[in-house]
Amino acid sequence: MKRNKDEKFLKTEKTPVEPFDPSALIEVQHLTKSFGELKVLDDISEKIFHGEKIAVIGPSGSGKSTFLRCLNVLEDPTDGHVFFEGNNLCNLKVDINVQRRRMGMVFQQFNLFNNMTVLKNITLAPIHVGLLELKKSKRKIFALKLKNLFKSKANKLPVPTLQTSAKKIKQDAEANAMRLLNRIGLADKANVYPSTLSGGQKQRIAIVRALAMNPKVMLFDEPTSALDPEMVGEVLSLIKELADEGMTMVIVTHEMAFAREVATRVLFMDGGKIQEQGTPEQIFGSPTNARLKEFLSKVL
Amino acid sequence: MYTQIAANTFEQIITIFSKPEYSNYLWLGLGTTLYISVCAALLGILLGTLVAMIKIQPDSKVWVAPKFICGIYTTVIRGTPMALQLFIMAFVIFAIRGFPLEITAILAFGINSGAYVSENIRAGILSIDKGQTEAGRALGLSSGYTLFRIIIPQGMKNVIPAIGNELIALIKETSIVSMAGTVFDLTYVAKVMGAPNELATYLAPMLVVAVFYLIIVYALTLVIKLIERRLRKSEKK
Repeated sequence: MKRNKDEKFLKTEKTPVEPFDPSALIEVQHLTKSFGELKVLDDISEKIFHGEKIAVIGPSGSGKSTFLRCLNVLEDPTDGHVFFEGNNLCNLKVDINVQRRRMGMVFQQFNLFNNMTVLKNITLAPIHVGLLELKKSKRKIFALKLKNLFKSKANKLPVPTLQTSAKKIKQDAEANAMRLLNRIGLADKANVYPSTLSGGQKQRIAIVRALAMNPKVMLFDEPTSALDPEMVGEVLSLIKELADEGMTMVIVTHEMAFAREVATRVLFMDGGKIQEQGTPEQIFGSPTNARLKEFLSKVL
Repeated sequence: MYTQIAANTFEQIITIFSKPEYSNYLWLGLGTTLYISVCAALLGILLGTLVAMIKIQPDSKVWVAPKFICGIYTTVIRGTPMALQLFIMAFVIFAIRGFPLEITAILAFGINSGAYVSENIRAGILSIDKGQTEAGRALGLSSGYTLFRIIIPQGMKNVIPAIGNELIALIKETSIVSMAGTVFDLTYVAKVMGAPNELATYLAPMLVVAVFYLIIVYALTLVIKLIERRLRKSEKK
């Protein structure tokens, strides 16, 4: 996950890149991930299109979570490429931070920032990114003005005026965060610290935190596995709401009923490979893969 | 007999505070000790933070050499006696006529405590769950921003008691500074005041100075407690 130029990562760059399919939102080419001798992902190629809701199921240790974490390169692939909107995330020249801002991620353990209030948790990234962009445009305007000094009056370059200010960015982010908190009914928790919240509340806030960046795709890494049974419902219903709004999402889950209800496509993974995929009806109704049949007979 | 000694000692303590020839010594000693401790502590914390930051970097080509140097630094400094380090500083590295021994001492103590502080800070940063970093990175924040806004503020809470411990040890350790020459720190002025042609007894000045050290350390513990309580705010609310 640390993007440093160590050899392991550069190996990935050397593998040949196949042409990218422009209709896909995320395209994975020959993705392989090994932890030492253990091959967790074995040559996976897959495309994820706009508006798809993909559920990834499989026994534990099958590489589901690693697959999801490779999608936003939180885990460095050992081999292969991951494309997001045409950008190769495995290329060191691509600014991974900019790309990740368009990919929301929700973790099993919520991972809310414990040292910040709920509101600050949600606004931290939007404000930071907004201020970065403000700085950039300020620099651009300054450069233009500098250039204009050396030009005659007739052919001076037009200098754009700043549309936003640091204060406005902050207010907008906070208003947006409050709107999102209102939506999940937790507006009264805006100024408390995460340690006082229940698991279900934490996870819903973690989802909202990812949403505040207006992501193109949401990645859910077993979002309900660390929750008390009675809190699973509130989180799943929020995810379902998002799905109904047309958000593209990839969900690693053990909730088969939920996968059946929400997913447009189900991937069954085992042994680092996608063993079978199809619509929920196909996967749960008429599975063909022997391993999938065995898995379903145990969990259903 | 013991009542006699107690009465004499009490009288001498009063003399130390009332007679300017003694009290001036005392305040000079207090000032020197505080000056050396505070400067060395600042240097130590600065150095320790820097070394800790380097040590938590990933094992990549860029960081191999700095990490190796920092490893040697902590190993050597923690593996050799403080007094020896002070002597090497005073008699070898800064063996320049007229170079103030206070500065040498500040450097020696600062470099020494930096090694300990760096390990404390590193431990504090490592104590924070990896998920916090991942959450920050997944939101598109840079590794530096994640470290300074999310990890370090949380790690500080765990580090403060250990750093406090280190600072207390540092203050008391400054008492060996006069082994390397004439520096009028608290311990040395006690020795001077008790010399045969002054008070001609060590009991009273040593007692007074001991209380001074105690007060300094106690004040420091109070400050540390205050800081800790402020930092732990987010856990109670």
